[in-house]
Amino acid sequence: MIRAEGIFKQFGDQEVLKGIDFTFEAGKTNLIIGRSGAGKTVLLKILVGLFAPTQGRVWYNDIDYTNLDKKGILAIRKEVGMLFQGNALFDSMTIEENIRFPMDMFTPMTAKEKQMRVDEVLDRVSLGGVNPKYPSEISGGMQKRVGIARAIVLKPKYLFCDEPNSGLDPKTSITIDELISDITDEENITTIINTHDMNSVMEIGENICLLKEGKLAWNGNKDQVLDTDNEELEAFIFASPFLQKLVEAAKNNPKVDIDDIL
Amino acid sequence: MSQIVVIQRKLYMKLSYLSDLGKFVLWQKEVFRKPENWGMYYKELIRQMYDIGIGSLPIVLLIAIFLGAVTVVQFYYQMEGTLIPPYYIGYIVRDMMIIELAPMVTCLVLAGNVGSTMAAEIGGMRQKEHIDAMEIMGLNTSSYLIMPKLLAAAYVIPILVCVAALVGITGGYLASVPSGLFTHAEYVQGLRAFFIPYNVVMMLVKSVVFALILVSVSCFQGYFVKGGSIELGAASTRAVVFGDIMILLADYFIAVVLTT
Repeated sequence: MIRAEGIFKQFGDQEVLKGIDFTFEAGKTNLIIGRSGAGKTVLLKILVGLFAPTQGRVWYNDIDYTNLDKKGILAIRKEVGMLFQGNALFDSMTIEENIRFPMDMFTPMTAKEKQMRVDEVLDRVSLGGVNPKYPSEISGGMQKRVGIARAIVLKPKYLFCDEPNSGLDPKTSITIDELISDITDEENITTIINTHDMNSVMEIGENICLLKEGKLAWNGNKDQVLDTDNEELEAFIFASPFLQKLVEAAKNNPKVDIDDIL
Repeated sequence: MSQIVVIQRKLYMKLSYLSDLGKFVLWQKEVFRKPENWGMYYKELIRQMYDIGIGSLPIVLLIAIFLGAVTVVQFYYQMEGTLIPPYYIGYIVRDMMIIELAPMVTCLVLAGNVGSTMAAEIGGMRQKEHIDAMEIMGLNTSSYLIMPKLLAAAYVIPILVCVAALVGITGGYLASVPSGLFTHAEYVQGLRAFFIPYNVVMMLVKSVVFALILVSVSCFQGYFVKGGSIELGAASTRAVVFGDIMILLADYFIAVVLTT
């Protein structure tokens, strides 16, 4: 479990986060959603320790991550995997070297054990055989999967994903979402995903927090999304004019039961 | 714009340089932390030694040979018709190359070549979130990305400087003896005259200090880069400019300290 307690973050005169209190539940797919500029990435980076909050605390179970010394921070980070928005794969290394890097650096595993683990995680993300390729030689969706493989190679307890669907087509996005959700269940990882993709919200959102202008506007799960009368959430869900027209058309068609669809 | 705002901005710019200096000093503590994995650091050290040493060798050789040749030609022009014996030119070229030209010019060139590459490489890693990815893994990126570069430069650049000195002296020979400015015997006599081994120590001290300056200044500029490609270009330029200025300052202070 990760808990954000009264998180404020200020960059110069601009206050990006204005007192976020939220608990990200253990073993679940937790989503941080909101429009661009709502403070999602800043909150994610504070949770993971890349930014320090101006005020407030981040708790990993009963450990206050914000006030840990260097050694304590490193201990927590060994339990964390992260998928970055731009994948952050090392360009000059092959896919295999990218995935092996955390093992080379932090484990006493033998070359054979490392090779087996690389093959295992690549198979898990359905990318067996791409080992010798460079990141520039594979598609964006495959790069995301390699990013996931690298993030889980050391069997982390916490998985952070920053906009895992950005730049992907809807079908590939769904594949990535399902992959993250399945890995979360299989490995019993606490996953925190930062997204503004509504498909992700409706498919994998077990615990969702909606941010608006740096504040928590709503929280719940995917089953509660359509039952709520929260205006902020409705404005976020039905922001697309296409979706608005579709709902309007369905409402005006007596043969269609809108509640059934929703 | 009011006068006060202009003064405030100028003051802020001056203070930002001071703040950068403080950040640089505090950062050294992170750079020289104990490695997480000696084997990985050693691999990186070897890679850096190859990149700096072999990668820079052609440009260093080219510049050194012409430095020696031009020094001979210019001194011959100055001394022609005077009572100074011709073999003195060999002596002057040798000491010029060893004491000053080989360490300083080589390191100024390396600040442009190696320094800008390092700033761009590390800055690019910062912008593509590679550094963040390593931090999340639990790696001390200041140490892993900078320390091997510093050690590699401190080891390889003095060797490059020694090579530059030898090649410069050879360049002087090639520019003078075949063209008939003086004889082989005169040049060699000059090279052997008044040799002080301490000058080689001075060359090595300079090359190690300059190597550390050019790498640390460049890496600092790259590591703390913010913004996009324009800022990365600016950081790369600053790496070269500040590196060159620091090398020139250090050259003066080392000369004062080691010769008095």
